[in-house]
Amino acid sequence: MSTAAVHDDAAHDDHALGGHGAHVTATGVSNEKLGMWVFLGSECLLFGALIATYLNYRGKSINGPYPKDVYNIPFTSASSFILLMSSLTMVLALSAVGRGDGRRGRIWLISTALLGSIFIGGQIYEFRDFYQAKGLGLSTNLFGSSFYVLTGFHGVHVTLGILMLFSLAFLSWRGKITKANKETVEIIGLYWHFVDVIWIVIFTVVYLIK
Amino acid sequence: MALVLEPPTGISPEGATAKPAGPGLLSRPLETTRGIMSWVTTVDHKRLGIMYGVASILWFVIGGIEALFIRLQLAVPNGSVIGADTYNQMFTMHATTMVFLVVMPLSAAFFNYFLPLQIGARDVAFPRMNAFSWWGYFFGGIFMYSSYFLGGFPDGGWFGYAPNTSTTFSPGHGIDFWIIGLQMLGIASTVSAVNFIVTVFNMRAPGMTLFRMPVFAWMTFVASFLLLFAMPIITVALFLLTFDRSYGANFFNVSQGGEPVLWQHLFWLFGHPEVYILILPAMGIVSEVLPTFARKPLFGYPVVVFSGIAIGFMGWGVWAHHMFAVGLGSVATAAFGVSTMFIAVPTGVKIFNWVGTIWGGALRFTTAMLFSVGFILTFVIGGLSGVTHSLVASDAQQTDTYYIVAHFHYVLFGGALMGLFSGIYYWYPKIFGRLLDEKIGKTHWFLMWIGTHLTFGPMHVVGLQGQPRRMYRYDTGMGFDFWNLVETIGAFIIALSLLVFFFNVIVTHRKKGQVVPIDPWDARTLEWMTDNPPKPHNFDIVPTVHSVDEFWHRKYAEEPDTHRVKRVATAEQVLEHDYVDPKSIHMPSPSYWPLALGFSLFVLAYGALYVAVPVMILGAAMVIGSMFGWAVEPSAEPHDDDHDHGTGGSDALALTTGGSH
Repeated sequence: MSTAAVHDDAAHDDHALGGHGAHVTATGVSNEKLGMWVFLGSECLLFGALIATYLNYRGKSINGPYPKDVYNIPFTSASSFILLMSSLTMVLALSAVGRGDGRRGRIWLISTALLGSIFIGGQIYEFRDFYQAKGLGLSTNLFGSSFYVLTGFHGVHVTLGILMLFSLAFLSWRGKITKANKETVEIIGLYWHFVDVIWIVIFTVVYLIK
Repeated sequence: MALVLEPPTGISPEGATAKPAGPGLLSRPLETTRGIMSWVTTVDHKRLGIMYGVASILWFVIGGIEALFIRLQLAVPNGSVIGADTYNQMFTMHATTMVFLVVMPLSAAFFNYFLPLQIGARDVAFPRMNAFSWWGYFFGGIFMYSSYFLGGFPDGGWFGYAPNTSTTFSPGHGIDFWIIGLQMLGIASTVSAVNFIVTVFNMRAPGMTLFRMPVFAWMTFVASFLLLFAMPIITVALFLLTFDRSYGANFFNVSQGGEPVLWQHLFWLFGHPEVYILILPAMGIVSEVLPTFARKPLFGYPVVVFSGIAIGFMGWGVWAHHMFAVGLGSVATAAFGVSTMFIAVPTGVKIFNWVGTIWGGALRFTTAMLFSVGFILTFVIGGLSGVTHSLVASDAQQTDTYYIVAHFHYVLFGGALMGLFSGIYYWYPKIFGRLLDEKIGKTHWFLMWIGTHLTFGPMHVVGLQGQPRRMYRYDTGMGFDFWNLVETIGAFIIALSLLVFFFNVIVTHRKKGQVVPIDPWDARTLEWMTDNPPKPHNFDIVPTVHSVDEFWHRKYAEEPDTHRVKRVATAEQVLEHDYVDPKSIHMPSPSYWPLALGFSLFVLAYGALYVAVPVMILGAAMVIGSMFGWAVEPSAEPHDDDHDHGTGGSDALALTTGGSH
């Protein structure tokens, strides 16, 4: 049997892939990164079902307030732009961590988290505005139910992302996130970009399509 | 089954060098931990497989007792054993239990135990997530069953049609237990689907290309994709229902324009892939058992794999055949009728391949083989009655009759469970190092076979005569009396066959000094190329794979002149190798965090059920705390103590390097 040779190959690959965080896997992609991709595939169906529900009930509310009565498109556009910009800072964070520049990495991670927090703040403001000033509650009509549940699910996803970003910044400050395990930043970045992309769809479907 | 709760012998000694690592609270237990704590904290895929198996068999007994109550009530006309309310609870819990707490986890037991072994891996890709899946399943089931003490079982049927499940018609908490319990099971299933998919992609041994994987590994792979994409849909449907019930949303509130059909679409868009999630693992098992006992390679291996993949795709395009009575319009019903006919093709292809495998083989009718052959026969009947559902006009008549009940019990009980029992008899020697008694096993098979057909066969007849399902009684003189009595007798024969099975397990474990060879069936795949039961690290030396049925090719070779196949090595000779120091193979240490996270979800679930905000906050805080504890937990490798990962999979490092340190 040539098992000894195989072991040498495996050990060799381990070093060839660049050390600490790299694993020898059949595909060459680490388990963690592949796991995140697969999980995001599942998330697509989660949001797909929610968006389908929203679309199914579009224009079917039997009493107001209707979408045109509550939306503040310029405001939501601005907060959407802020969320999209957070993808840029996320990329900059990964790049800095990859260069071994922990301080810049932390700055960009925290910037990303803060941009996400502004978006969430905007969403909370919007929900309050809709509910208190414009009388749209979860149980007011079909629009209220499907709007709050869809955008609320997205908001929870962003909030979890913010939590992870702050945790990353904290770990980096404690010296636990280094060039060697920048993949952890990359994986959380994948999640963050996904949540952003989903927002483009939701914003278009919920706010922009007449 | 206390006898299973002993740790397997030969537990690895390498834990002696592992430091108790990690920050204070709930630090990683040592690998030398013994007894119940070693099971509670285990991340070993083989132990988790056993835990899945034991739990699902226990729930099988409970679900079976519920079925017996149903059959007792229906044994004679105008039965009075249980009332209408209890009857509703029984059929709801029977179906929910059998689908989510028995067949899925029993399949998961085999996924866990044999997927890594079959692809030559030392564990799954994410061992701790694997343990969490088990705890999610366990607590989800306990949560759902706790409804019995907290106001009664759910009673809305396993597909929980809204608005019947709204607070107007189901004011108690039963439905809430059902919803939130299913959410927990869904989380567990999604996590395990991610885990198995990554395991298949990433953890295969050298040379184990996708098209050298055993068919069971393939079917696991396909079923995991189905789980991955089907679970989020039911998650959304259940969330919508929760928002309706607990927070006054209008999704299924007809007075506000809500549409009950939306629930049906979401449920069946999950529900139909779900039936393939239930049957594909059994098909995989049968595809392993038949070649072994026919002493022939699987006929048309790539075709079997591709039909499995085809079923995985086409399973998404047939859901509305559950809804032909809804009135979706003639175009939609015609399209779904055609797709339903079409999906029978890959299934039929598989049947022909299995028959081709048996054809001309040197057959050995062991118990495992009998269950597999029984699977084919019963599944053909169930499959044929399934195709009749594609005839829309006919199906509209059969909807909600016992004809449907007959169909899905033929495919799920006579099909999936027969296949799973085949797997139990086939793999028992590998898991426990003991062979189940063949004579008692054949009695078990015979009784189960007779019972299945006595119970579910007559349902075709009374169904076509119009006996509606979910009715707690029927009047005499409608032609239902005789066959219903026969069905009840059949149900008790099935119950008897299970008692025979348990008797078999006890007898087998009482036998002293039984030594089972590592390869008792002369099998073909890698899981047999290791000890009985396997060591914690599965293989001393990770095998290099050259072909399908690798193990068989190491035992047999073709003579160049005569082209006769001759045995060239025994299983023990194949296994011979130089001494490998077990200390050189690092397995992930046990962990408390999977249990902690599972329990946190349990707390959160009760908070969500009673809309008790403090409990919800406590549960959510526990969930987040457990995730943090999980993320910063070191992998407890002696040379690698400072190795921190944010994503729970740092364990994999040790598993994929082939023990070369």
